[in-house]
Amino acid sequence: MNILERFGAMDYGPAPESRAEADRWIAGRDFSRALFIDGAWTASASGRTFATAEPAQGRHLADISQADASDVDRAVAAAAAALPAWRETSGYGRARVLYALGRAIQRHARLFAVLETIDNGKPIRESRDIDVPLAIRHFIHHAGWAQNLDREAPGMVSVGVCGQIIPWNFPLLMLSWKIAPALAAGCTVVLKPAEFTPLTAILFAEICERVGVPKGVVNIVQGGPEVGEAIVTHSDVAKIAFTGSSEVGKIIRGRTAGSGKQLSLELGGKSPFIVFEDADLNSAVEGLVDGIWFNQGQVCCAGSRLLVQESVAGEFLRKVKARMARLRVGDPLDKNTDIGPLVDQTQLERVRGLVAEGVAQGAACWQPQGELPTSGHFFAPTLVSDLAPANLLAQEEIFGPVLVSMTFRDTAEAIELANNTRYGLAASIWSETIGLALQVAPALKAGVVWINGTNMFDAAVGFGGYRESGFGREGGIEGMQAYLKPAHGGTRSVLEPYTFQVADGAPGDLIDRTPKLFIAGKQVRPDSNYSYGVLDHGGAVVGEAGVGNRKDIRDAVSAARAATRSWGSATAYNRAQVLYYLAENLSARTGEFAQRLQRLTGVEADKAREEVEASIERLFACAGMADKVEGRVHNPPMRAVAMALNEPLGVIGIVTPDGQPLLGLVAMLAPALAMGNTVVVVPSARWPLLATDLYSVIETSDVPAGAINIVTGPGADLAKVLARHDDVDGLWLVTDKATAAEAERESAGNLKRVWTSGGLSVDWNGQDGAIDRFLKRAVEIKNVWVPYGD
Amino acid sequence: MTMHPKTPNSGKTQNSAELVQLRQGRVAANTSAPDTLPERNPGMPFDVRFLDALRRVNLSGLERRASTLTKRRSIKGDNQAAWLLRSLALMDLTTLNSNDTDERVRRLCAKALNPLSRDLRQGLGLGDTVIRPAAVCVYHPFVATAAHALRGSGVEVAAVSTAFPHGLAPLETRIREIELSVAAGATEIDVVIKRGLVFAGRWEELFEEVQAFRQACGDAHLKVILGTGDLATLRNVGLASMVAMMAGADFIKTSTGKESVNATLPVGLVMVRAIRAYHEATGIRIGFKPAGGISTAKASLDWLVLIKEELGREWLEPDLFRFGASSLLTDIERQLEHHLTGRYSAGYRHAMA
Repeated sequence: MNILERFGAMDYGPAPESRAEADRWIAGRDFSRALFIDGAWTASASGRTFATAEPAQGRHLADISQADASDVDRAVAAAAAALPAWRETSGYGRARVLYALGRAIQRHARLFAVLETIDNGKPIRESRDIDVPLAIRHFIHHAGWAQNLDREAPGMVSVGVCGQIIPWNFPLLMLSWKIAPALAAGCTVVLKPAEFTPLTAILFAEICERVGVPKGVVNIVQGGPEVGEAIVTHSDVAKIAFTGSSEVGKIIRGRTAGSGKQLSLELGGKSPFIVFEDADLNSAVEGLVDGIWFNQGQVCCAGSRLLVQESVAGEFLRKVKARMARLRVGDPLDKNTDIGPLVDQTQLERVRGLVAEGVAQGAACWQPQGELPTSGHFFAPTLVSDLAPANLLAQEEIFGPVLVSMTFRDTAEAIELANNTRYGLAASIWSETIGLALQVAPALKAGVVWINGTNMFDAAVGFGGYRESGFGREGGIEGMQAYLKPAHGGTRSVLEPYTFQVADGAPGDLIDRTPKLFIAGKQVRPDSNYSYGVLDHGGAVVGEAGVGNRKDIRDAVSAARAATRSWGSATAYNRAQVLYYLAENLSARTGEFAQRLQRLTGVEADKAREEVEASIERLFACAGMADKVEGRVHNPPMRAVAMALNEPLGVIGIVTPDGQPLLGLVAMLAPALAMGNTVVVVPSARWPLLATDLYSVIETSDVPAGAINIVTGPGADLAKVLARHDDVDGLWLVTDKATAAEAERESAGNLKRVWTSGGLSVDWNGQDGAIDRFLKRAVEIKNVWVPYGD
Repeated sequence: MTMHPKTPNSGKTQNSAELVQLRQGRVAANTSAPDTLPERNPGMPFDVRFLDALRRVNLSGLERRASTLTKRRSIKGDNQAAWLLRSLALMDLTTLNSNDTDERVRRLCAKALNPLSRDLRQGLGLGDTVIRPAAVCVYHPFVATAAHALRGSGVEVAAVSTAFPHGLAPLETRIREIELSVAAGATEIDVVIKRGLVFAGRWEELFEEVQAFRQACGDAHLKVILGTGDLATLRNVGLASMVAMMAGADFIKTSTGKESVNATLPVGLVMVRAIRAYHEATGIRIGFKPAGGISTAKASLDWLVLIKEELGREWLEPDLFRFGASSLLTDIERQLEHHLTGRYSAGYRHAMA
């Protein structure tokens, strides 16, 4: 074509980014020694390697040493050896290392971008303009946290050696999200990149060497799931941070149960993209391009589920199709490419299979005309409409460039459809009406909500999911907290399980008292219609308590769920007053509760009184904090605010310990309530009468029905029922180790937020038992991004 | 068949068969359009419903689109040279200074007639094809001079009018100014709107004024300058665009070049999306002219990319797109020379206007 012909055609033509430097880098490496352990490049013990290929061509790139369990052992040992010195390094010292890493990535930004595109297949525009700049920002932002942690998180220390497992969709960026906060906190790490995309982590390790990250602080092992498993199950690893599929996340939850490892999981999503009729439809179309056709849709928070208001649906979908027709699919190294190949043939087949199945279930599938490249794992941008919520494609995460669309009639239906998913990672709301947008944002079950935007990220703004999209946040102070623990937890002792016999006789009191269960604001008989004898410290029967079972838990959870609407949406001031009132009414019965404590547990009178008074004080304190645990407003580097809102988890199951039975119960119950959660309490099985005595206090304190539910009975069994209940959002247990471990294992079903004391008692006056720990635990942080301007 | 009777010099400057094909294709493809489209935008009765959707513009969304749009597309090598020639062919070569003289305008016209040196033309392989700016744009007193200088060349004579740049003269004066410029030989009239009508929301009054301008133009094409830098919000830009189109504008144009903020890509996005909306509703294509501050070859490519992405290839013709520019041409010449020689050029190596 001569220039005049081009003048007529006005095509873009190819604009390839040079790959010469990246190819030279690859050619100059010995990838059979690609494990970076204790500051040295080593081969795997087995000498085995795995191949990494180029998605755009299917071409072989390199054979990378594949670690096994013994290599992971070496890496963890190196990290453990490096931990004390790194933890003791001043915040300033750590800050300088993080800053140097950020700047070094910046100096080699183009090499990182080109390598990432070659290895992963994402368009060079994205790796160049999004992945790499965000990675740099993450390190530089966290340099600041490293230096200022003493002030921002007083009394906390790093959790220890962290095992970090990252996915292939944003290899360098996810590495940064993992390593930057860990290093800032004073942790050392063993990180495993995904098998499909090992290269940029190797380049990063070279940079660690160059800028002088101390040996053993960053260790990078390569390989597949078996390497991940070795990390997850390693006894010297204190924390696992995982980003990947919900399926694997659940396995990790199960495998780490009872290990005492801290866990953060950033998993899949099926994020709604809600377009109201008063949206700037043209901008919303571009939002979709950035939402579902970013990184070929291989994005955990992709706006993959379009919900569009009926009144504008036709017009909007027409615009979407017109826009799709202009998307350019092709060589990811070409600067004019919008959509590159999927990462691997297996992914391509998975996406093809899902779409075919969805179409078989009645969905309509539309793709713009145009040829796909013949080599490489390409899939055309796809719009799926006429979709019922029951269709597979409306429910499953596709992880490809496939948008599914549904319509809604009104705001309530939009919210209902948006939340009709097991996931809860992100959501986009498009509306020019601020009142509407800010009403919908809190109603969505999602950790990140973008108003009139999508896929906006920043190191200062936490990212992470609700529901089965995982737990824990990355970025911001909440991301830092995930790598810290209290320096002085408190004095702790090992808890033992308590078993009882169903009673056949009770003491003759003046007037017989029949403690029942407390469900939905009513005292109800246990479903089993059995009771058990409650013994005092000397073994004498002092009363009876109902033997609750799974049906009672079922009823209690459903009452608690119903009450989330009233209690959860009550104003914080309103909740504060109810808690104050509880304290007031308990205070009026101090003597009676103290006597009960003394009689049951055998403590001295003054100790018993102290415990009652400490319980009242704690209710008071939580009442006072109900309207003070507020979110933050972030100022990311753009014209936008991001509001970090504290939202209640929802329904929290609470299993309380025997020791200090009243204080233990109140110390867990009150913060949960203060933050707007409703609770199902399984009180100490040994001494449940403190809890049952509370019924009448609760009844006289204006607590809405269902906000507090109490089920007495066999703690371990009931804890397991709670753990297996998928409508329970959080579960806190101060129990023996076996019960706690079982609950963690069983919680994998819906990935409810489980906190256990690890089989130990909690010092309610120590850092572990402190109010602020529980208040934080009682909320989920939702970041609502609001770009503004007119 | 062409929609606009005057297609300045495009017929000569490219494969005309291809152009006809392109046009037929686009008409055939538009099922919502009537069988025979009017040759020019006839306008329509003022309809406030057309304004509703345009009230919803999201600044952040537009800015994001504008900033990523230019990063999503890159034009290299021979394509870049071809695109720069396109920028040249879509140019209204402009002089709008208080110290303009007949002689200055004659020089400008000479440059318009012969914009590229022989070396460049030969190097680029243009052969007999002449690529020239689409029009020369001047103040009223120089219309006759320009018309004389450009006679028979196909380069249009555009006059800024209606008390440019402020538009605050009495309506009858402004209309008379148009009539005089047309009588003097202007084939295109660039009018300014009274920005105050926008702030006051006096849309019908604005509509009637533009309608009157259109009438005064007769056969001359009407470009309506919104003065976007003065309009404060993109919402106002979108609304004013739609009112101007309803009133019969052939082109909508961003700026006079005299406002403190000239043509920006977000403003351009709002205007081209208004054009798209008008086209979807009526089947009629309106032209777009960003003006002011577009002085580099690279910036001109950004605009071409925006048009191609948002409106499509068919809009990259002189009857549907123009740059208003005074110094852009020199930079294009420099870039074309660089394309041919691999050496960075200097401004003084290219003949000035």
